Amino acid sequence: MKKGNLRLIISLAVVALLYVGGCLIEQTAGTKSMIVTVLQKGAVYALIAVSMNLLNGFTGLFSLGQAGFMLVGAYSYAILTIPMAKRAAVYQYYNGGWVQFTIGVIPALLVAGVIAALFAALIGLPVLRLKGDYLAIATLGFAEIIRAIVQWDTIGPLTNGSNLLKTYPTLKNIMPGNTVLFTFIIVGICIGLILLLINSTYGRAFKAIRDDEVAAEAMGINLFHHKQMAFVISSFFAGIGGALLAMYQGSLQANSFKSSMTYEILLIVVIGGMGSVSGSIMASFLFIACSEWWLRFLDAETMLGDFKVPLLAPGFRMVVFAVVIMVVVLFFRKGIMGDRELWELGGRRGAKGGRSVK
Amino acid sequence: MSENKTNSSNVLRLTDITMQFGGVVAINNLSLDVNQGEIVALIGPNGAGKTTAFNCVTGVYEPTNGMVYFHGKPIVVNHPQGKMVKQYGGINADKYKDRKPVVYTPDKITRMGIARTFQNIRLFKSQTAFENVLIGTHLRRTSNFLTATFRLNAKEEKAMREKAWNLLEEVGLADVGNELATSLPYGKQRRLEIARALATEPTLLLLDEPAAGMNPQETDELGEFIVEIKNKFDLTVFMIEHHMNLVMDISDRIYVLDFGKQIAEGTPEEIQKNPVVIAAYLGVEEE
Amino acid sequence: MFDTLLPYLLAGISVGGQYALIAVGYTLVYGILRLINFAHGDIFTAAGFFMIYLTASLPIGLSIPLVIILTVALGFTVERVAYKPLRAAPRMSIMISAIGVSYLLQNLMWYITGGLAKQYPVLPGLSETIKIGSATTKVVTVVTPVLTIVLVVALVLLINRTKIGMAMRAVSKDFETSQLMGIKINNVISTTFIIGSAMAAIGSMLYFTNYTAVTPTVGAMPGLKAFVAAVFGGIGSIPGAMIGALIIGICENLIKAAGWTAFSDAFTFALLIVVLLFRPTGLFGEKTTDKV
Repeated sequence: MKKGNLRLIISLAVVALLYVGGCLIEQTAGTKSMIVTVLQKGAVYALIAVSMNLLNGFTGLFSLGQAGFMLVGAYSYAILTIPMAKRAAVYQYYNGGWVQFTIGVIPALLVAGVIAALFAALIGLPVLRLKGDYLAIATLGFAEIIRAIVQWDTIGPLTNGSNLLKTYPTLKNIMPGNTVLFTFIIVGICIGLILLLINSTYGRAFKAIRDDEVAAEAMGINLFHHKQMAFVISSFFAGIGGALLAMYQGSLQANSFKSSMTYEILLIVVIGGMGSVSGSIMASFLFIACSEWWLRFLDAETMLGDFKVPLLAPGFRMVVFAVVIMVVVLFFRKGIMGDRELWELGGRRGAKGGRSVK
Repeated sequence: MSENKTNSSNVLRLTDITMQFGGVVAINNLSLDVNQGEIVALIGPNGAGKTTAFNCVTGVYEPTNGMVYFHGKPIVVNHPQGKMVKQYGGINADKYKDRKPVVYTPDKITRMGIARTFQNIRLFKSQTAFENVLIGTHLRRTSNFLTATFRLNAKEEKAMREKAWNLLEEVGLADVGNELATSLPYGKQRRLEIARALATEPTLLLLDEPAAGMNPQETDELGEFIVEIKNKFDLTVFMIEHHMNLVMDISDRIYVLDFGKQIAEGTPEEIQKNPVVIAAYLGVEEE
Repeated sequence: MFDTLLPYLLAGISVGGQYALIAVGYTLVYGILRLINFAHGDIFTAAGFFMIYLTASLPIGLSIPLVIILTVALGFTVERVAYKPLRAAPRMSIMISAIGVSYLLQNLMWYITGGLAKQYPVLPGLSETIKIGSATTKVVTVVTPVLTIVLVVALVLLINRTKIGMAMRAVSKDFETSQLMGIKINNVISTTFIIGSAMAAIGSMLYFTNYTAVTPTVGAMPGLKAFVAAVFGGIGSIPGAMIGALIIGICENLIKAAGWTAFSDAFTFALLIVVLLFRPTGLFGEKTTDKV
């Protein structure tokens, strides 16, 4: 137990250090710098990836609906927070829209999660009875249905149809100069809660379902109930993640939440390791850093003297990136962390269970 | 046994259980009783339908016809329905026609107090031995996901952990509690599966070939172990087993299944002498 | 009433036939590997780009067979590189690999085309307009269902009458046992991908004659719909896939006729979910039970 406490203290200290570091970087490099962009977007993706990992990695449900729930969260947030004065301009084709009130950012983030969770609860009723790959296709399908409904003209006064949603509070204008801190705090709280859940008796039940459904059911674990729980909780955090993504982007359109977004998040989870929270977090920052920053040079046509470097052209970055991902998928199937956590490294497998009595 | 069908000490009763898959009748009109404190064995050649019978009791399969009682309460009731009405190849199709079908999922049946092990060991492979047993305590929780997340169930959590360690101690695995379950030797995995089943607080324990793959010495030890835990936890045991020494040593009564049909029932001595059983095992020449 | 619906009905049959040709690839691969080949839609798109680039320098008569050959080569390569190494891996891994391939192909096509939509060449004969009853339509509308039926019949004969067809049936019934029986699993699987890719290549020629703009992600949606068709018809069944595809194609266009265009995609998935819930094995699928 003593050892466990020490680990906890060290972990918390490291987290605090990361927060301070993030803050300092923003103060010195400025909010518009590339590294701050990576920190913001990376943190948002970390939350989304961890929420997906809860489902795919910890509960063993191959769900591909993440983009749909992010979309619900993002839209809920934006619709609830657009300032009254600007509604007429945003909803110019819909007479200022139906929603005629505005709530604060934090309540709106919560509501975004709750609405995404409600959608998940409804969708989960039919689809969670499906097995394996059928579940994947059905959730993918539902995400597409959500996208179609949001763009439906009839509910345009609510969602602004296929037009942009904008002028809602973004990362840049709610805590100017401290965007990283804000993102880190929200994301940190959410991931912290997910970690607590995973290490509770419910988390153990999730892992039991992942390892062996038949045995889990024979242990008295109600499969549907627990799957539904994982699905709803995962979607709650995906909803908050979507809302944060909306805050990061500054404007919002349903069409950007395509299945390819889900694929991207799934690949992040795989790179980090299915069943590893710390792996997902690291992979998110790595993924965003590569795609937004480090590999940018691959997209620029470059001349070395008179020699034009071959292949470098817009889009090449993503090709290289995709090849790297395929290499991970094929040859490093466990990803960065496998199903272990950063803070477990060095300790004996399962030592965290530690003998607490006798 | 048939004279006291309403015996209050009855734990498990199957009446006319028939399980038909498409055109194949896997179990044909099986009726049997397991009483409080007994060790009852179900034996028979491979493919006789023994595991299918277990699956019917534990809710994995929904039998085509018949009833299962647990402590006098019906936990499975069914009669041929839909397409099965025409296809049905068993008997007593009308006997349960007026009863409302009852189906419980396996988790509900475990919660009622029937725990099982599996023929091909099914441990949670990414978990340690300790965690495997700990998962078995989940079903008796009083916490919900919020209280568990916010650690408001600390007391219960501690009790669960304590219980899991105690069970590991009981089965002699406390020293390997922190090892990955699937890294344990085969015999220990079997014991661990039993410990995990005990964690669900059963009154009836179903063991599906607990001695499979064990050598004679291990088998003997297992026999003693089963009797020991039966007494200690006040259990009733119903097991499928092929090791005849084990079956004859510890069973109070034996049922013999062949081609889905019950061909004999009795004490170990009676079964050993029964010509029908001998024929089923050794085969007889057709006339 | 009928006159207003006729063009939609014709379009439905036509697009349904095109979905059917893609669906064959899904249903065959799923039947044997139990894998949703997420990359199949992108292979279909690639076939479209092959045609565009080939016709830029070659006559159409030469381009058509070359497109089929290149698409087949692509499908074959994808299987060998991305799926074969994972034969023994959990099914989730191979599905993730399929998603990775889809991601790679889409990015690769974006890179090569510069992200711009390309114009599909006019295939002689297919694009001319004809009149059917009161509706004016393209020749491709009539050619598609006929060609689809011919190909599906040929394929069913191949599977039921030939040695390789027998091997395919055996492998889809029981992977391990057929391996023990001396069937060369890898050859069978390659054949499956070859047939599926060839069908997708032919489907792409018909499809892009109607929807002439080809972008790197254009195949994703018809790909998913074709998969739904395969599930609807009963995964593993080729006639099932064709009938499922026709039903989806027709319904989709009738929904458009009713003015609910935004929901034509959503309908497909709603149908999928209904089918999976009430008849998980589809219209013509076989029932399976899990062993405990």
